Amino acid sequence: MQKKFNSDRYDPLSTERDSLSRRHFIKGVIAAGTVAGAAGLMTGCSDNSNNSASSASVERLVTINVNGRSRPVDVMPNETLAHTLRNKLSLTGTKIGCDRGACGACTVMIDGVTQNSCSILTHTVRKGNVVTVEGVGGVNGQLHPVQTAMIEELAPQCGFCTPGQVVSGVALLQRNPNPTREEVRQALAGNLCRCGAYNNYINAIVNAAGSA
Amino acid sequence: MKDMMPSFNLVQPIDVKSAINLLTEAGAGGWAIAGGQDSFDWFKDRIKRPHTVVDLSGIDSIKGIRETDDGGIEIGALTTLTDVEQNPIIKEKYGLLSTASGRVASPQIRNKGTLGGNVSQDARCWYYRSGLDCYRAGGNTCYADTPEGMNREHCLFGASRCVAVTPSDTAVALTTLEANMVIVGPNGERIVPASEYFIGPAIDIERMTVLEPGDVLIAIRIPAKWSGAKFYFEKVADRATWDFPLVNIASAMKVSEGIIEDISITCGAVECVPKRLTVVQDIVRGSAANEETASLAAGAASRGASALNYNHFKIPLMENLVKRAIRG
Ligand SMILES: Cc1cc2nc3c(=O)[nH]c(=O)nc-3n(C[C@H](O)[C@H](O)[C@H](O)COP(=O)(O)OP(=O)(O)OC[C@H]3O[C@@H](n4cnc5c(N)ncnc54)[C@H](O)[C@@H]3O)c2cc1C
Ligand code: SF4
Ligand code: FES
Ligand code: FES
Repeated sequence: MQKKFNSDRYDPLSTERDSLSRRHFIKGVIAAGTVAGAAGLMTGCSDNSNNSASSASVERLVTINVNGRSRPVDVMPNETLAHTLRNKLSLTGTKIGCDRGACGACTVMIDGVTQNSCSILTHTVRKGNVVTVEGVGGVNGQLHPVQTAMIEELAPQCGFCTPGQVVSGVALLQRNPNPTREEVRQALAGNLCRCGAYNNYINAIVNAAGSA
Repeated sequence: MKDMMPSFNLVQPIDVKSAINLLTEAGAGGWAIAGGQDSFDWFKDRIKRPHTVVDLSGIDSIKGIRETDDGGIEIGALTTLTDVEQNPIIKEKYGLLSTASGRVASPQIRNKGTLGGNVSQDARCWYYRSGLDCYRAGGNTCYADTPEGMNREHCLFGASRCVAVTPSDTAVALTTLEANMVIVGPNGERIVPASEYFIGPAIDIERMTVLEPGDVLIAIRIPAKWSGAKFYFEKVADRATWDFPLVNIASAMKVSEGIIEDISITCGAVECVPKRLTVVQDIVRGSAANEETASLAAGAASRGASALNYNHFKIPLMENLVKRAIRG
């Protein structure tokens, strides 16, 4: 079936983005050309604009594991994970609020641990497993219990901070399936909500606990 | 759409020696990142523009926590603040550091930011952070220390042209615990006590620590001395998450039958370096751990404070924190 537009939702069955990244990949190979393999003791590659005398920069063509899939992608040395996710992998569920580590809208999990993707270089997570809000549910688009509970609780107001709240909530329940309300508060402490819907989010996660 | 940070070469050494070589080679254009949580702001704002960024996060030998032969612990500089906070040995013996680490920034930042980066972070004075050419940035004026300067967050002690304060929550705890910083540079290894690691503007106005270009902080060693002591940490900030301390306090006391036998106490965000309250220590040692001693100590703590236009409130704040720490 023909798609009219790319949905934000990550569709694991679609090959569309695969072929897109393959095109990026090939373009990238041509651009990077000579650098591959020059690394020596360093893992990784080179940015072409700003070469210092001897240190070859990281290899730009990398594969990162996002939501359980290996995604080949061309990543600049100075690129943040939020940028890679949103602009190269079309995973726009991850929001950028402040771009300075001060709001949590860009929260993703790396190896099960929440981090601000605006404040991570993509090259530093090549070995990690990245999970974004698109990847917290089931493979066929089922919602995670945290998401269901948020809907039932009418938790979001404008919704901008919601993906980050979801990821922080899911990460908490993964390491602690039955948190106290205080533990939920602490786990969401790094997710700013300009609408002040904090209690709704906390309620939702408390409700989701046990069923996650 | 957010702008990207300006381009740089990214190198990812996997051992300390290569990191030092890369940093030394890059000279003034080099920059080490551990968790990057302090560094990326500088890059994004285009205020610091290194051409070579050396990512230390791939050096496994400087991560993790282990007990040392003398009964203390050694924490690899690249250990995340979350790992420091949650480590069972640190919780049990040096709970002060665990608490302080858990009060830094936000969960996400603690999951990425490292202990080494936290004690090596730069000043948070917003004039400086917004790229103005003040003394600390190599210029010849201070924007904060003027009659109209916004200096609510600035210092009470040790001003020397610059009035910025130490922003770190772990630095006060490590100073109180008498930690030692293990630094490796082009000329080999040296061990610097926490009380000398942080430097004020009178020594060097453009740096917050003794780290020289090419140096890598590899570990932080905590001696057994204060293991299991009675600890007190409190941080006062505008918001419970993200905000830097307006004032923070970290103390360790050995109390026996109600008498303070020994004490180590440090106050943060009132000077460019963590302020070891030696006067307080001298006054309370040998006294009863009670309200009276606490009041006496509180008055002595702020002796010599010199407030700026907007930070007088830090004087009673500091006194009250000392009081709470001592009466326990
Ligand atoms: C929104 C926000 C809120 C914050 N709130 C707080 C707070 O409340 N309390 C607090 O204490 N901090 C706070 N911080 C600061 C943050 O905790 C520190 O920036 C973080 O711990 C730094 O660790 P890092 O590893 O990410 O540092 P990086 O950015 O990687 O490094 C910081 C500096 O130290 C140097 N460096 C790092 N590691 C080494 C090493 N091993 N050897 C030599 N040099 C090294 C780097 O070159 C750089 O100059 C906040 C930061 C943000 C963005
Ligand atoms: S307090 Fe220090 S960092 Fe701030 S403007 Fe003055 S000189 Fe610059
Ligand atoms: S966008 Fe990353 S923390 Fe605000
Ligand atoms: S719902 Fe609007 S920012 Fe949280």
